[in-house]
Amino acid sequence: MKKILKYVIVDIAQNKIVLIYTLLLLVISLTVFNLEDNAAKGMLSLLNIVLIIVPLICIIFSTIYIYNSSEFIELLVSQPVKRRTIWLSIFSGLASSLSLAFFIGAGIPVLLFEFSATGITMIVTGILLSIIFVAIALLASVKTRDKAKGIGVAILLWLYFSIIFDGLVLFILFQFSDYPVEKFMIGVSALNPIDLARVLIILKMDVSVMLGYTGAVFQDFFGNQWGIIISGIILTAWAAFPLMLSLRRFNRKDL
Amino acid sequence: MINTKNITKKFGKLTALDNVSVTFSKGECIALLGPNGCGKTTLIKTLLGMVVPDSGSIYFNNELIAGKWMYRSRIGYMPQIGRYPENMTIANVIDMMKDIRKESNEKPDEELVNAFGLKNLMQKKMRTLSGGTTQKVSAALAFMFHPDVLILDEPTAGLDPLLSEKLKQKIIREKENGKLILITSHILSELDNLVTEVFYMQEGKLLFHKKLSALKEETGEIKLSKAIAKIMTAQELV
Repeated sequence: MKKILKYVIVDIAQNKIVLIYTLLLLVISLTVFNLEDNAAKGMLSLLNIVLIIVPLICIIFSTIYIYNSSEFIELLVSQPVKRRTIWLSIFSGLASSLSLAFFIGAGIPVLLFEFSATGITMIVTGILLSIIFVAIALLASVKTRDKAKGIGVAILLWLYFSIIFDGLVLFILFQFSDYPVEKFMIGVSALNPIDLARVLIILKMDVSVMLGYTGAVFQDFFGNQWGIIISGIILTAWAAFPLMLSLRRFNRKDL
Repeated sequence: MINTKNITKKFGKLTALDNVSVTFSKGECIALLGPNGCGKTTLIKTLLGMVVPDSGSIYFNNELIAGKWMYRSRIGYMPQIGRYPENMTIANVIDMMKDIRKESNEKPDEELVNAFGLKNLMQKKMRTLSGGTTQKVSAALAFMFHPDVLILDEPTAGLDPLLSEKLKQKIIREKENGKLILITSHILSELDNLVTEVFYMQEGKLLFHKKLSALKEETGEIKLSKAIAKIMTAQELV
């Protein structure tokens, strides 16, 4: 495992994209904190940017990276290496480098300007989101053989989680506004890791205006403590589940 | 040494392997023959676990290989079209394979690296290599770790006559060391003084499996190419 992981990480490091991503995050977070006179306000602006950019970069970069490693994978599969090792090494390499990029780019500025429980929650959630979207990218790329199609699927998934999902939630809310759908909405929000991440951070920030509908219901239903624990668990499941599915698929894949 | 029992593999509607049962034993040099698209490469890839058969089982030294991986340390594989990470140099690839495969204190066999003159090309990136040079790298890697089984898929395709002769001599030496060698090739004349057994496949089925001597006797031909041609025409008449 360690050996293969080493090659994956060296390969990602040679690819400058992760470095550029780190710098981009760094510029954004420093700008945001310097623009706002109040660090809490800065956190909110940063949150909204992070929730869009992190999933986008993680899912697209990982998908393309896996397609570009097809030779590497093919070479290793004929060697005395477990398939599981190959796949998990690629996952760990991607997840750790993108998480590190997030930590340096957004985490360190957050710690500098807003060293609080909220800041730390934000960093942890950002890292979790990075890992989740790497896992989703792995699943998308193992299921489609065609590169263009795979990248298309990745973009659509991102669109779905960032934009379309919210639209659907609003649509359901308006359609069923006469019925008590609160509890149902809690279940629905668990279907989107980005939504869940937003709720998790805002619960911690305690700015109820920003909670949105699902957030308000969440807080009401669980109280702060439980809301945070449960959304944390669901987020972890969002990373573990796609990874497990993709691993199962990869173990039986023809190369 | 390698047995397969009734393996079947379908790619969509195409049946690449249809109930194939074969036995490859130690010390033999086996030619896998058949027209294009008859399933030779698929058979090889199932032996390596790169393709997972839909049904049937494969044994390596009487052990089921499904889900196993250690057995591959005893196989050297030279693919038909070697695909390597494009950003790596030849030296990177060779070092990586050594890193992954070195187990004992045995020195890697670099005879082919030297014979093919790869030493001067070590710093070249894989994506800049010609097809022939890529083949040289594949061949050198297949022989490097003293495998008991050598699986060579079209080994001489793309190599110039001088190098393919060097490769042939190397194969003969390994055969004399008692290793199992599996070769697929379209150039039958090259196989004449190499192989001891012939497997002939057609449309995913195993048509026959014979010793080379028996085959020559049956057809009354001295050359493998003629013997095969005779059998194929006889088939068509039926």
